[in-house]
Amino acid sequence: MVPTLSERWAAFQAGLDEVYAGPYRRTFARAQQEEDDLFLLVVLAEALGVPDPAAYYTAELMPAAYPQFHAWHLRMGLDRTPLEHIRCC
Amino acid sequence: MNSLVLLVIGLAMFTAGYLIYSKFLGRKIFQLDPAFSTPAHEMTDGVDYVPTNKYVLWGHHFTSVAGAAPIVGPAIAVIWGWLPAFLWVTIGTVFFAGMHDAGALWASVRNRGQSMGMLSGRYIGARGRNLFLVVIFLLLLMVNAAFAVVIKNLLISTPTSVIPVWGAIVVAVIVGQMIYRWRMNLALTTIIGVTALYTLIVIGDSNPIELPESTLGMAPGTAWIVLLFAYAFLASLLPVWVLLQPRDYINGVQLFIGLGILYGATLLEAPKLVVPAFNDNVPDGTPGLVPLLFVTIACGAISGFHGMVSSGTSAKQLDAEPDVRFVGYFGAVGEGLLALGTIIVTTSGFATLADWEKVYTEFGAGGVGAFVQGGGSIVNAGLGIPTSLSATILATMAVLFAATTMDTGVRLQRFVVHEIAEVLGTSISKIAATTVAVLVGLGLTFSQGSSGEGGMRIWPLFGTTNQLLASLTLAIITVMLLRKRRNPWPALIPLALVFVMSFYAALVQLRDLYDAKDWLLLGIDAIIIVAALWVAFEAVIAMQKARTEPAEAEDADLISARSGQ
Repeated sequence: MVPTLSERWAAFQAGLDEVYAGPYRRTFARAQQEEDDLFLLVVLAEALGVPDPAAYYTAELMPAAYPQFHAWHLRMGLDRTPLEHIRCC
Repeated sequence: MNSLVLLVIGLAMFTAGYLIYSKFLGRKIFQLDPAFSTPAHEMTDGVDYVPTNKYVLWGHHFTSVAGAAPIVGPAIAVIWGWLPAFLWVTIGTVFFAGMHDAGALWASVRNRGQSMGMLSGRYIGARGRNLFLVVIFLLLLMVNAAFAVVIKNLLISTPTSVIPVWGAIVVAVIVGQMIYRWRMNLALTTIIGVTALYTLIVIGDSNPIELPESTLGMAPGTAWIVLLFAYAFLASLLPVWVLLQPRDYINGVQLFIGLGILYGATLLEAPKLVVPAFNDNVPDGTPGLVPLLFVTIACGAISGFHGMVSSGTSAKQLDAEPDVRFVGYFGAVGEGLLALGTIIVTTSGFATLADWEKVYTEFGAGGVGAFVQGGGSIVNAGLGIPTSLSATILATMAVLFAATTMDTGVRLQRFVVHEIAEVLGTSISKIAATTVAVLVGLGLTFSQGSSGEGGMRIWPLFGTTNQLLASLTLAIITVMLLRKRRNPWPALIPLALVFVMSFYAALVQLRDLYDAKDWLLLGIDAIIIVAALWVAFEAVIAMQKARTEPAEAEDADLISARSGQ
């Protein structure tokens, strides 16, 4: 089937977006990961012994953070889990 | 002779190269297989490995490899006359660069999208990989130093380009905001961005800006270089979406517009070539055509840097193996087009031979300035745009190329500094690593005096290093072909010529640098020579081994790709 003009235009726009974003995908992924790592540090601050006035709120986020915990401590350069109560490895 | 003849023959050669030679390479040599599952499909991660439409990927690939080098090299090389430069650009693109770029892409695709550095470790040995790092470090250093001088010279010779060149930074920042903060449509944003850039060109054309005799005790040339490195320092530290990403994009669009203007004007005006085919009357101190031609024009004929892009990012996004022809080979043709356009404007954009000789007073004196001057008069005659405005358009185009290459160069150099720090068992902050990259670049630029002319003297050394890198890539491709018992000659012949010429050029330069008592560049040149010998030695051993060992099974790549070996 021959694409309509609007389909062609949509494909062109998608291509243009791809040209714009493509070369920088990796940089953005890395920036996103750095941000997530920092967020995890904030969530775990109290458990790591850093006084955190917002601990009451961040504690609620801890279960959500567990799945990423193992990869996080490895990225932070810690071979084993630094927290007794989270046994991931 | 009329430049149109050159244009037609050149275009015919490029077309035949793509339609005939690349088809031969694809079918007989690389044996591109539509059924081969590329790394983009095997290892899709939405970040590096993403199957991409071949036209979009060609756009990425071409804008990544096209910098100021296909303008700078040919614009200097026409000092020997138009014919040597023309032959090297056309034959070089068809038989050397096309093979090299498509080959690098193919080699990487067959090896899980790994970079040339990793592949040199696999096919030539661990020492080959170490050598690769040394060469890349030198290459980036030279790019930063040489391009700072190219830009400085243009800002001084074409003061009307100062407003659009620095204004382009503001346009890029606003475009970045329009896309990320205001979520505007990209097509509309592109039109606004490009219109703004061209408005700045018109404003700049009537408002030339020259720096005062002394800025903080610095001459204009020195001040521009310091300002450029300060800009590169900031640009490489800012988040990419703020400046680099929109700047690269607008610059890519500008590249296509610039090429259109240049070729359109040449077609309409068809100016006569004022320069002889072979120029016997070269200024004193001009080095011999052989071997210097082959290292003066690197990008636009063959460039090792392309192998880094092919295997670094493009290979990870290739949708189907047959796309290697379009993305790799046709990407090289795109650079060849830029180089061909440069040869035409720098040899036919002057009224008389005497006018041309006034510009080409010494080796390296012509360069981008001649491109802007000659191109300006052709665009004026062909499209009716005033000469000064035409020159401003071309100067802006050349500076934008050089500047995006320079700020990416500083950014990459920062990563290299990080890696070196890691090897030394220490860590270094982002700002400290960038400072090191900028200071080393500044040091090299001013190594010949405060005017920064050292940057341009490095140019042939850049060519030599770049060609050495190309030899390394071609050696990897040759070893792969030998292992598969395929015809290695399409890779081996370019490899032999590029290697011999770059090695010969490095030796000639060593003598000249010794005579000039230029110890810094002499040291760099000596490193290059040692590295070249090293490459030759390792590559010959690897080839010998590949020839004598049992042939690689046809599905060896497939198995190794799946198992991650």
